[in-house]
Amino acid sequence: MSLIYPPQSLQAHPLNASPEYKSTLKRAPSQPLILLPHTLSETTGPVFGHVGVAEGDSDLTRQHEGEPLGERIIVTGRVLDEDGRPVPHTLVEIWQANAAGRYVHVRDQHPAPLDPNFTGAGRAVTDADGRYRFVTVKPGAYPWRNHHNAWRPAHIHFSLFGASFLSRVITQMYFPGDPLFKYDPIFQSVTDEKARDRLVSRFDIDTTEPEWALGYQFDIVLRGRNATPLEEPHDH
Amino acid sequence: MTIETKAETTLGITPSQTIGPFFAYALTPRAYGGPELATEQVATDGIAGERIRVEGTVYDGDGLPVGDAMIEIWQADPQGRFHASGNAGFTGFGRAETTSEGRYFFETVRPGGLPGPGGARQAPHLTVSVFARGVLVRLATRIYFSDEAANDGDPVLALVPAGRRDTLIAQRGGDGVFRFDICLQGESETVFFEA
Ligand SMILES: [Fe+2]
Repeated sequence: MSLIYPPQSLQAHPLNASPEYKSTLKRAPSQPLILLPHTLSETTGPVFGHVGVAEGDSDLTRQHEGEPLGERIIVTGRVLDEDGRPVPHTLVEIWQANAAGRYVHVRDQHPAPLDPNFTGAGRAVTDADGRYRFVTVKPGAYPWRNHHNAWRPAHIHFSLFGASFLSRVITQMYFPGDPLFKYDPIFQSVTDEKARDRLVSRFDIDTTEPEWALGYQFDIVLRGRNATPLEEPHDH
Repeated sequence: MTIETKAETTLGITPSQTIGPFFAYALTPRAYGGPELATEQVATDGIAGERIRVEGTVYDGDGLPVGDAMIEIWQADPQGRFHASGNAGFTGFGRAETTSEGRYFFETVRPGGLPGPGGARQAPHLTVSVFARGVLVRLATRIYFSDEAANDGDPVLALVPAGRRDTLIAQRGGDGVFRFDICLQGESETVFFEA
């Protein structure tokens, strides 16, 4: 089965030139993008399967000797294409700050404590139904100096491949009702409200496990629609 | 052959967001001791073909190095074949983080030419994605090679204004290394594609 990638779908993305997010000012291309035909270089992509994904990579609370501090959560959902069909056996990589809003990254200087029991990196491969599931702790908000009193709403970074390089996306998942949304130029760089809502996970009582962890559902829709080649009319 | 889409309604795609500055411990975690999905070593042992090294620096609009970018490449093998699976042999996929000086490299094999639109042959090239803090949506570009005669007939290079084509062509130095700088913005801005 082959996929097509209608260019209109790209309108959901932010513009790289989003000046409220200051780091874009010197990093967004100033020349117009050149429309690229979809050749084999674009319509193919790496397939990872379970290569590089170890048992336990999807449970970020069990990567160290002790348990991390913070609010334990389950983040699960389905990876779908634009027709709503599951994208099975595709790699999902995530990374996040700890419950205090601090990243393990060496260049994170936010004076909030590191947690010796939390790295904040995870990987999973979707099942036949396109579903993934992570166990982690809820990341904290953190300051980032983009403007006076700038704080990122709590988020988890997601990286996905899908069927080809045309479906490759890196994004961020947010939590419902965050009061920081309206002040965050990265979240607001997605100008269409409906598209922006697709970045926000949904609290789900049925995903929530009693006496253990809150559950959030986050479905991810990748580019790609079903291309149905119609047979040439029979001329005999 | 006609192409039509079946579904009446479609779901909107999940919008892109920046990779941010702190991805390394998850996506390029060598310095953190984490398992690497892919590295700058694309040519694995036993893969036939001409070994090449491509290196360069990523610059911003002020000409300053971008020390927190991730570059991914994707390519055909020397016979022009893409591998459907990374489970064995040549994956054709590489991933590198820029150094604090904005530098990156890949060691791989020279890809073969490929079929292109309208029956035209595409010259050998690497497909490149650039992610960085301050980049909200993946920047797509290509690396062609200065010593390939097929560049002249390449249907994608032909879409690029002649004056900017050079930004897509890695120049081979006397040491045999292909040099390809990526300028996100400014006078020598690299050509980026809407794909
Ligand atoms: Fe972040």
